[in-house]
Amino acid sequence: MSTPDAPVSLRRRLALRGLDGTTLLIAPALLFLLAVFVYPFLYGLWLSFAPKAGPWFSNYAAFFSDPFQYNTIWTTLALALPVTVISLLVAIPVAFRVRLMRRQRLLTTILVLPITLGTVLIAQGLLNYLGPQGWFSRTLMFLHLTGGPVRLTHNYWGVFASILITGFPFTFLLTLSYVTGIDPALEQAGATLGASAWQRFRHIFLPLLVPGLAISFLLSFVQSFAVFPSAVLVGAPAGPTRVISIAAYQAAFEKYDYSMASAIAMIMAAVQLVVVVLVLAGRNMFYRGSTSGGKG
Amino acid sequence: MPPPTSSLRTILSRDKVSFIVHSASSPFQQIRLDRVSRAFGSFNALREVSLDIGRGEFIALLGPSGCGKSTALNCIAGLLAITGGAISLDDRRIDELKPEDRGFGMVFQNYALFPHMKVRDNVGFGLKMRGVPRADADRRIDAALELVRLGNQGDKLPGQLSGGQQQRVAIARAIVIEPALVLMDEPLSNLDAKLRLEMRAEIRRIHNQLGATTIYVTHDQDEALSLADRVVVMRDGQIRQVGRPEELYDSPASLDVAEFMGFRNRIAGTVTAIDNGRATIAVGDARLVGRAGAGLGPGDAAMLVARPDDLALAAAGLGATVESVEYRGREFVGLARTGDDSELVFHSDTRLDTGATVTLAPDPARALVFRAAS
Amino acid sequence: MIRDTSIGARLWTTAVWVVVGFFVLNLLAMIATVIIDSFATRWLGTWLPVGLTTKWYSSAWSEFQLGQVLVVTFEIVFTVVLLAGLLGVTAAYAMARRDFPGKRVVMLLFLLPLLVPPITYGIPMATVLYQSGVGGTFWGVVLANLVPTVPFVVLVMIPFIEQIDPKVEAAARVFGAGTFRLFLYVLLPMLLPGILAALLLVLVRTIAMFELTFLAAGPTSQTLVVVLYYSVFAPGVRAVQSVDAMAVIYMVTTLVWLLLALRFVNPTQIVARARTQQAN
Repeated sequence: MSTPDAPVSLRRRLALRGLDGTTLLIAPALLFLLAVFVYPFLYGLWLSFAPKAGPWFSNYAAFFSDPFQYNTIWTTLALALPVTVISLLVAIPVAFRVRLMRRQRLLTTILVLPITLGTVLIAQGLLNYLGPQGWFSRTLMFLHLTGGPVRLTHNYWGVFASILITGFPFTFLLTLSYVTGIDPALEQAGATLGASAWQRFRHIFLPLLVPGLAISFLLSFVQSFAVFPSAVLVGAPAGPTRVISIAAYQAAFEKYDYSMASAIAMIMAAVQLVVVVLVLAGRNMFYRGSTSGGKG
Repeated sequence: MPPPTSSLRTILSRDKVSFIVHSASSPFQQIRLDRVSRAFGSFNALREVSLDIGRGEFIALLGPSGCGKSTALNCIAGLLAITGGAISLDDRRIDELKPEDRGFGMVFQNYALFPHMKVRDNVGFGLKMRGVPRADADRRIDAALELVRLGNQGDKLPGQLSGGQQQRVAIARAIVIEPALVLMDEPLSNLDAKLRLEMRAEIRRIHNQLGATTIYVTHDQDEALSLADRVVVMRDGQIRQVGRPEELYDSPASLDVAEFMGFRNRIAGTVTAIDNGRATIAVGDARLVGRAGAGLGPGDAAMLVARPDDLALAAAGLGATVESVEYRGREFVGLARTGDDSELVFHSDTRLDTGATVTLAPDPARALVFRAAS
Repeated sequence: MIRDTSIGARLWTTAVWVVVGFFVLNLLAMIATVIIDSFATRWLGTWLPVGLTTKWYSSAWSEFQLGQVLVVTFEIVFTVVLLAGLLGVTAAYAMARRDFPGKRVVMLLFLLPLLVPPITYGIPMATVLYQSGVGGTFWGVVLANLVPTVPFVVLVMIPFIEQIDPKVEAAARVFGAGTFRLFLYVLLPMLLPGILAALLLVLVRTIAMFELTFLAAGPTSQTLVVVLYYSVFAPGVRAVQSVDAMAVIYMVTTLVWLLLALRFVNPTQIVARARTQQAN
């Protein structure tokens, strides 16, 4: 270090590559995640191939040969996909309307409520509200839309409503942030060039939004696919709404078969991964980049 | 100024080109703003603005930010609804039309190029919306790109172009549809100084070549004066003065327009005499002379304004103390302070020492005297 | 913005607002049901309850030992907030200021716990926690809740730190501030609004985090939301009103902090923070 010709110290060389004392500040958070997030996941993967009995793949074999188990995938998809698609289809026009509002805050605050309150409280509320004696059913009867009380809890529709109530605001706020991220001057430019409202949406907004909408879809889908408390509380966890997370939970905490539980968790992750990869592959076919019209 | 006659159409005359003429892009003689107002809640961004623009004219709307010039442009484009008055093209009201039905071309401050479309598709967007057949559209796009000197950049995305090139694409996109009217909203404000001068010349060249009626919004008086046939000075949502660039430069009609046109020095005094269009004002013991503004009479409180170029050392005039001097190449520019603590910026052929006492007087042919604002 | 005033456009706008109105109405009615029921003497088969009372709150308080539960909840939540702040802000600082090999991988690692639903990684995580002996304890719950919150703080703070000009730090060093004083006098005051916002959101998220707490908690380390789950899960054991009273207490606990947090952040940021980092 004392003479100019001395070989560059290791410390200097590391610093040149961006590794110095400051970089080490990452270490605590990184080590924590490696220990409590990555390691358990890898351990779970390994554990899923170390069944209580039988060859290494017998957990997976057991899962895919038992309709009571493998049907949970379809049950979960049957809840998550419609809710996600409906949320997204409704969120887009609403976001386009809300973007014009000067005071969006009240609406966005109301919509943040269900996300913040969480699924357990929503489930409890829905048990009262959607139950046969709840306000919803009473209103339908009052309007003579149905003859008798409607049962919307402890079945598919209860869980559907519960995911929709927490899922829609999430999808909407995400979509809104993408929609408002598009430079309004682009729409004005389109209008002065003769594009009608529909043409502006079709040729300008939609191509710019597709990547964002794909992300909105994925995040909402993945959250919906992992539905758990509401499937137990407002659903019929023994049958129509026995979603995959219930199967995993039962294996772990009712049968104490951690190996099987890990296998189911891995299957759950794999299904999510498949959908993610499919959507991202489709997304790559579109323009992805800045959504502003130039400088400034 | 006679409107230039060549157009994109004649540039392309070697090809047989059929155009789908959009309703609003048919030739017109005059666009008229008749007491146009725009309010945002209780704030009046435009107050009864009236203006007639002839075919082929290049009009600059000039004013400080918040003066309503961009609001006026957006109202003409149809991007903002007007809250009073009327806009008409010859005798046809257009202020109820949607922007897409007006057929104007617009160049935006931040270019507003569609980031997901190639340069060609950006330029061709308006043609596509009008249903122009592919082959025609291609020829017109080529001609427009040629005109803005981007002939070989058509297949790039806007993000791959420099700021100046993006601006050229924006201009090509606006003119390729042969609009009755081209609207430009501070198109050069995002460019650096050197590019700004280049693009200014470019815009003038394109205007001379096509002769499209143009309304150009800017806060830069150099830009307005060098580009426009007529300049409209706006302030507080109102038109303060309309005139040819040299009229505005030499004879601003009011104190605030004068200030905006670079009359930096303000000297308050009392009118003692008016003679042959020249007003003499008394400032303490000194007598200063300038051209008299309207409605000025002896005894009025007045304000004499002069550009730094028109204030120089003189035998008789206002005494002041030099505070600083800068060398500007051919001349020196000094800052001096008078006895009543007002600052004067003047020019001098010789270097002066800080702290020296000087006597300054304006050029009587160029300085202006207005009634003092009450 | 371009406003269209044709009839078709108006119909379309009306339809959009009807949908939004229907959603918001149902949401508010659902919340109202819980609140009204918690004050109801008896509410069966009518529009409104027969009478009003506050007795369910005192019975819920003693039945569910809510005093104890609230103490545990806030012990856990504030420990999580403190640790997430420490780990998250330091890591975010390094991420914002340094480019190093593998930075993209590290970034992906910080994103994953926010994108993967807790129930998916929670089961293997709970397995490991129980095998290592912290499962079911206070620290087990804290560790589990740190998994999504540390990355959350990192992602919220990175843009905050990036917008501070490194020249400001350079200036502080030139004028003689060491690392500690640099942090205390220069960085902390500039970052405080961001840190406060991030930590308030961590607080709200942790109070409402059901899955991870549920999987990692034992009898003495349950937070309010888990107690609520168990009482809804076992219907008939207690009066519905009593459960609803607890639900209202939970709602108030969460919403107070949410309202506080909303003073500092825009609601859309609660969901949209992660996307900016992750858009490409």
